[in-house]
This record gives sequence, structure tokens and C-alpha cells, in this order.
Amino acid sequence: MSNDTAPVGVNVVNAGSGETRSSRVLKSSWRGLSNFFGGLAILFVVWWFGVYLISSTPSTEHFADFGPIPALQAFPELWEEGTIQSAILSSGYRLGSGLLIAICIGVPIGILMGRSKRFRELSNSPFQLLRMISPLSWEPIAVIVFATWNQAIIFLIAIASVWPVAFATAAGLAKVDPAWFKVARNLGAKPWHIVMRIIVPAITFDVLTGIRLALGVAWIVLVPAEFLGVTSGLGYSIQDAREGLSYDHLMAWVLIIGAIGYVLDSSCVLLIKRFSWHRGDG
Amino acid sequence: MSIRGVRIKIQELSHRYTPKSPVTFDKVNLDAKQGEIIVIIGRSGCGKSTLLHILAGLLRPTDGTVYLDDTLVTAPSPQWVMMFQAPHLFPWMQVSQNVGIGLRFAGWDETKMSDRVADALSLVDLQDYADNNVQDLSGGQQQRVALARSLVMEPELLLLDEPFSALDAFTRASLQHDVRSIAKRLGFNVVIVTHDIDEAVLMADRALIMAGSPGKIYDELEVNLPDPRERQDPAVQAMRARLMEAFQNAANEHPSASSKDVGDDSKPHSVTQHA
Repeated sequence: MSNDTAPVGVNVVNAGSGETRSSRVLKSSWRGLSNFFGGLAILFVVWWFGVYLISSTPSTEHFADFGPIPALQAFPELWEEGTIQSAILSSGYRLGSGLLIAICIGVPIGILMGRSKRFRELSNSPFQLLRMISPLSWEPIAVIVFATWNQAIIFLIAIASVWPVAFATAAGLAKVDPAWFKVARNLGAKPWHIVMRIIVPAITFDVLTGIRLALGVAWIVLVPAEFLGVTSGLGYSIQDAREGLSYDHLMAWVLIIGAIGYVLDSSCVLLIKRFSWHRGDG
Repeated sequence: MSIRGVRIKIQELSHRYTPKSPVTFDKVNLDAKQGEIIVIIGRSGCGKSTLLHILAGLLRPTDGTVYLDDTLVTAPSPQWVMMFQAPHLFPWMQVSQNVGIGLRFAGWDETKMSDRVADALSLVDLQDYADNNVQDLSGGQQQRVALARSLVMEPELLLLDEPFSALDAFTRASLQHDVRSIAKRLGFNVVIVTHDIDEAVLMADRALIMAGSPGKIYDELEVNLPDPRERQDPAVQAMRARLMEAFQNAANEHPSASSKDVGDDSKPHSVTQHA
């Protein structure tokens, strides 16, 4: 019946099959794994060597506990005490609550920015100014305003994360094709359908990208925010280890913070890939 | 799929965008038989696209009425579906999900929906592409998905707003042919708006010439040609010459449509010929 359907699509269908493809996937995942462990190994060698140099000087030899081997040896001890688990739990609670608040406020603000030109123009200068305030500089105010240190920390996380979420949501909405609404209305869509079937899937990718950025900022803010006032969490544990001069514990906490941050960010990337419909991202 | 056509009755239809803006078109009257394919030819600015949007219920007329059988058109409905110049597919959905979206809005259950979607996809020859991402398809294939998305609603009336003008000549020809043959096979009405005289000759049962500002339907010609219509066929060529002449006459008599570019191939928004 028609001549324009055959060639292009057939190639697309066939591109995914065949042994060459599966062997290519295997090869690339092996390469990915070896890069992952190889890179980490280099980091550990550099770390070990740096501490080795420092501790070989008699005046600084008591810094030997900063090395990777004492840090790794400290893990089982900390784990059996339950301090790792409880620190992750309290920090996770603060991070999660702060992010949740940021999403609940940031997404609607972003939608407003994306839909209303007036709001976007008016809000630009205050939001850009607020965005550039280091979240930690709110700490004195937060401590006065909120009843507990816990709440103050959650506030700091929220105010750090709200901007990336809001701006990413607005950017996502800007990319929504107005013709999609016309098509949907034409096919009998109710307002509810337009929100759930068009707006939400269209901007999920951008909102998740914003959440990933927010998570990065929040994770950075979390640790110093926990230095003061609270007696739980990752930041407190670092502070505690420093005061107890247990450098092996201190480095173990540093490793834990890095590893958890890495895992959280990677999960965000996976989520983003799952919801991405943009070509070239996934 | 069972689709039937509808009798279109447009009475004294007028439109202006705001009370102060000039009249887009004035007192348009039109009757179309059940299953008839009408092509409205006109240069951009004569109000033909606005007329189509009113037929689709996407715009309200300032005056006058549009009846499909006994139903007054006041809002969009899956019974009268419009296709646009670009396919406007939803890129986060597969081909089959795009085609079924109207049924999903209507709350169909999954099994009935997938049967109907399969029917619509085979109508437009895309049955092998149901699970593809729409972004992997060519422009012509995407417009076919948009066609299937409209047909799946079993519309009585399909409205086409220069739907093939962004496609290459070869793809355009095959879609022109397919849309006409599907419409004739299933029996629904089609109203096409175009600035392409060849499209009118190849697709229309009746061609209307719209010109002027405010726009008016200036002339109409029955296009009595056998199917399938081939461009090289002398009868098609003769019909094309008659339409061209009618268009030139309309252009000459209507001041706003009398610019010199009638029939000029190179101007994108003038009446073009694809020889």
C-alpha cells in the first residue's frame, strides 16, 4: 500500500538483535566494571601512599591511622556497635524529610514559573538572589526559628534543595509542546488526563534531574549542618571521631559519606534513565 | 472497525478573533454529503485553517452554526478529529500507546483497546511497529501514527490541516493515496485544508476555492475521477488545469488574493504545484 514505511523502521528493529550486540554489551559492561574498580584502586593507592609519606616522618608518625587500612579495619567495629546503622538512619531521615519538603514546594513553584510569564519575570530576581545564599548561612536563623536542632537541619536541607527542583521543573515545562494539549483535547482528554497523561510524563525527566542536583547539594550541606547541636548522624560522628582523636574512625566515616553519596546519585541516574524520553540521554 | 460518515451543514458561519479584529471569514455556507471528501484550497490568510478549527470544535464561531447530522458542534469530540501539519506524537509513549491514547481517555479496558489499536495500525500499514518508540520513525511513519490515532476513535469526520505539507513528495503522495482509500473504504467524511492544488485533485470528491479577506468560498468543482488517481493520467491533468484556472479567477477578482505569486512553485505559502 505504501512505500515509505519499510526501510527505516526495519533497520531500527534489527539493530537490537543478533550476537554482535550481546557480545558488545558484555564487552562494554566488563570494561565498565574494570574501570570502576581500577579507578577506585588508584584512589586507594594514592591515599595509602600519601599517608605513608606523612607517617614516615617521625614528627607526624601518629597520623598513620589516617591511612586506608586502619580505616577499613575500623568498619567491622563500628558496624557491630551499630553506630553506622544509627548514623545512616538519622542522617537519612533528615535528608529525606528535607528533600521531600523541597520537592513539595519546588515542583509547584516550578510549574508556576513555567506556566505564568508574570510570575516567572517577577520571581526571577528574588529567586536568583536566594539561590546564591549558601544554605549554611541560614543556620543561625534556623536555630532561632525552629524548636529543635533536628528541625533546623531539615530546614537547611530543604532550602538548599528547593531551587534546583524548582528551576528544573520550570525548564521541563518550557519544553512541553502546546500542540500536545490541542491534540489531547481533540481526542477527548479531560483536564485530569492532561495533567496525568501529558504534563507529568513530559516533565518527570526534568524534575528527576532537578532532584539529582538537589540531592548533591543537600548531601554536601547535611554533614556540616550536623556538626552542631545534634548527637546523631554522619556529621556528628565525624565530629565525635575528631574529638576522640580516633583517626581511623574518622576516615571510615569519610569513606561512608562518599560511598552513600555515590550510591544515592547513581540511583538518581538510574531513575532518570528509566523516565527519560529524550533522545541521546539514555 | 465500523465507521460511518455524517452530513455536514455549515450555515452562515462567520468568525473574528476579537471584536476589534477584522472578520476572518464571512457567512460561509457549506453542505457535504455523507462520506464526501472535501478539499478547501486557499492561500494562507484566507481563514481556511480557522474554519477547520471551528469544525473541530477547537474554536467557537462568532456567528453561524455547524451541524453534523443533528449535532451542533460546540466543543472538541473524538467523533470529529483533527490532524495537524506536524504529527505531535507523545514521545514518551510507544506507537501503540500513542494510537490508543484517545481510547484511554475514554476509559476503555485493556483488551478491547489493544484489539482496536491493532486494527487501526494495520489500516495505516504500521502493524509491525506497534512497540517502537515513535522517535525512531520517519516523518511519514509518524504522520501515519497520527492518522491511526485519529482513526482509532472511529470518527465520523476527519479534519486535515495541511497534514502532508512537511513531508517529502514521495511520502506525501503515498499518504494522499492511502487517506483517500481508507476514507472511501470505511465511509467517513474528510475535510482537508491545503494550498496544494495537486492534493485537491488527488484526494477530493469536491474542491472548494476559498479566497479573499474576509475569506469566502468563491468557487467549487466536482472532482469526478476514478480511483486510484495517478498524477500522469490525462484526466487528472485536465482536472488540475481546471482547478488552477478557477483559482486564478478567484484570485483575480478578490483584491487581497490578487498578488502575482499565484501558481509560483517557489513560494512556500502560496498555491504550489508539484508536477
